[in-house]
Amino acid sequence: MRRNWDAVWLIARREFLDQFRDWRIIVPMFILVSLFPFIADNTTRQAVNFMNRFGGDLILDRIVPFAVLVIGFFPLSFTLIVALESFVGEKERGTIEPLLSSPLGDNQMYLGKLLVGIATPLLFSYGSIGIYLLLLARRAVQFPSAYMMTLILLLTFAHAVLMVSAAIVISVQATTIRAANLLASFVVVPVAFLLQGETVLIFWGDESVLFYAVIGLTILSGLLIRLGLSHFKREYLLGREIDTLNFKSMGRAFLERVTGNAKSIVEWYTVEIPSTLRQLRRPLLIILGVAVLTVASSYLWVVINTPKHIDLTPDKIDEFQQYIRENLGNLDVAILHENIPAHWVFLSNVRATVLLLVAGLMSFSTIGITLFMVNMALIGGFLGGASLIHFSPFLVFVVAILPHGIFELTAVIISTAAVLKLGAMLVTPQPDKSLGEIFLLSLADWFRVFIGLVVPLLAIAAVVEVYVTPQIIKMAFPYL
Amino acid sequence: MIESNDLSKQYNNDFWAVDGVTLNVQPGQILALLGQNGAGKTTTVRMLTALLSPTRGSARVAGYDVTRNPHDVRANVGVLTEQHGLYMRMTGEEYLEFFGKVYGVDAETRKSRSAYLSDYFGLTEAARRRSGEYSKGMKQKLALARALIHDPSVLLLDEPTSAMDPESAQLVRNEISRLRSSKRTIIICTHNLAEAEALADQIAIIYRGKILLNGTLEELKRTVLGPIEYEARFSKEFDAGDLELPPGAVLASRSATSWRFRVETPQDVNPKLVNALISRNALLISFQEVPKKLEHVYLKTMADAQGVSYAA
Repeated sequence: MRRNWDAVWLIARREFLDQFRDWRIIVPMFILVSLFPFIADNTTRQAVNFMNRFGGDLILDRIVPFAVLVIGFFPLSFTLIVALESFVGEKERGTIEPLLSSPLGDNQMYLGKLLVGIATPLLFSYGSIGIYLLLLARRAVQFPSAYMMTLILLLTFAHAVLMVSAAIVISVQATTIRAANLLASFVVVPVAFLLQGETVLIFWGDESVLFYAVIGLTILSGLLIRLGLSHFKREYLLGREIDTLNFKSMGRAFLERVTGNAKSIVEWYTVEIPSTLRQLRRPLLIILGVAVLTVASSYLWVVINTPKHIDLTPDKIDEFQQYIRENLGNLDVAILHENIPAHWVFLSNVRATVLLLVAGLMSFSTIGITLFMVNMALIGGFLGGASLIHFSPFLVFVVAILPHGIFELTAVIISTAAVLKLGAMLVTPQPDKSLGEIFLLSLADWFRVFIGLVVPLLAIAAVVEVYVTPQIIKMAFPYL
Repeated sequence: MIESNDLSKQYNNDFWAVDGVTLNVQPGQILALLGQNGAGKTTTVRMLTALLSPTRGSARVAGYDVTRNPHDVRANVGVLTEQHGLYMRMTGEEYLEFFGKVYGVDAETRKSRSAYLSDYFGLTEAARRRSGEYSKGMKQKLALARALIHDPSVLLLDEPTSAMDPESAQLVRNEISRLRSSKRTIIICTHNLAEAEALADQIAIIYRGKILLNGTLEELKRTVLGPIEYEARFSKEFDAGDLELPPGAVLASRSATSWRFRVETPQDVNPKLVNALISRNALLISFQEVPKKLEHVYLKTMADAQGVSYAA
């Protein structure tokens, strides 16, 4: 074990020395690190003064955590180049082959590069934050709380790990430094958006949500590191000189994976689709478990917490019940059909399913699953609300959700399970396949269940939701 | 020892970079792998270093299977790559120290090996200078020192003397010869045919991924260029009249003052041939083997492979 880490440290140390001997990295970084805190300090003061002149009621103390976060982020984005060229740069300079010919393990090499890739930006980020805090100390500005400061430093750390681990994945997969640099925007831009979200959380002032953001980013970074380690192959670093995109062959591979060995649509539905579902058995069970847990947790949260904020007296409950019964009893189904047609519901659900895939693709399925959980939480919350006004949650579920939900929920659970499998495939080592191949084939697997099961189920669900569920609700609610 | 059997590598499911390479190099032997650029030399060496996995076939290097024990293969092989691959901001001393550690050489041995190699290759004075400041030849020597730092039992050297001045190249060749005599197994990929001729015990010519020829220099010469030729030179025009040649000797060509003979077994035939010439009062100045160089073997082999005629 020690020897393993000795080798990781050996690689990291060499890289570290190499960077610190390169004035082209060091000089601009020192200038940026030293200047940016002054610029940020001045800009924030100007902004506060400007806002306050027009009654913005903004105080400098409130903006400090945000400034610290931004000051920490800038050096990260600049020094990303170090991680981006870690492998592809050595490849272009021809220094990679002696290293790859050595007995060093793949993981040792990868972790060594990752370590230094993270340490360098962090050194500059924390240095920059330190200078800013020194500037603040000279003024009578209140420092953020120790907890908030810890969270921001952890967030900066999580940003560094996230960006560097993504940059190193790019560096391994890219064939030229130019390509790697072009792909850098796929790292910097999402993290910049993330930073905006975190800024909202900082101004919102809910530190617990910020804490969950740190946890979420850490999980995502862990998955990215796992992805990088899984797909780091010496052979790919040497074997590919030029990236060629063969759309024809990619399309053929995709289609072959979607259709499988089926010779007819009947055979596809009777052999291929059941086979895919069997492969999805474990993800399906996990997603089903997640759904049940989320609905139950959300139900309980609403039932326990709502009375703390709303005083539900018997009169008020009666009033709610009466209102709902009257409105649902007088529901004009024809107007409903006109305003919310079935095709609109169908397209909206299809769009949501695709969005879930896209979110899943960008996050190894984690954000996709989170979106799924949000939907399940809405169901739990809805049932919890029904329970609070003394409707039977079970009956509400049977009447208002189950008729179309039996199709819609099934479709969404299958689709999310396919997204989970896709994410898991990406971070699982498969020695005979490249990252691109795995991505393509996993996407084909998702598409197979999407086109074969999810779309038909969502179509049925939309028709039922628009034409059947409202009728049942109209009939049943006055008697609930 | 290096053994490969039907070693093959395919790229993109359609292009065979190496196709069925079978080699056997014993300890104390040097094999020179010759071929055009892109013939498959580097891919072969990379498979033997366990850097690329073979699509077909197998190989054992230093007693380890390249597919099953890649780590052990790499630990026992010294590789000089096509590009020197030096870290330009490291000094020569740091570079050897770094690779010594990478190969797990203990501190004391590292120090002594580093000192020996720097001294041997004349790099001691420059040891504390960054390798970016080295001349091409010095860079190549440092790269070679890196390949030797862990005293490997197998050496795979790609153009070991390229960019070197004649003295340095001689120094490197001497070191390679010394390594052969200490029972190292060595493969050299080179375009320098004179060097291959001087160093190699075995020569393999690779073309479009396939080995066209493999054997000792003598075997290759005989196979490609035919039996050895001897030239007799005379001080004035020689008219042999009805000279009867001994069995095993054939007159290949003649001019007024020189005759060339193709001889199957020179040790038996040549004395008789010389006697026959002298007995006919030939004013013989010299009788010697017509030099046939590896270059001729190589160029003829390549011309045959490409279906073009070869004129020596």
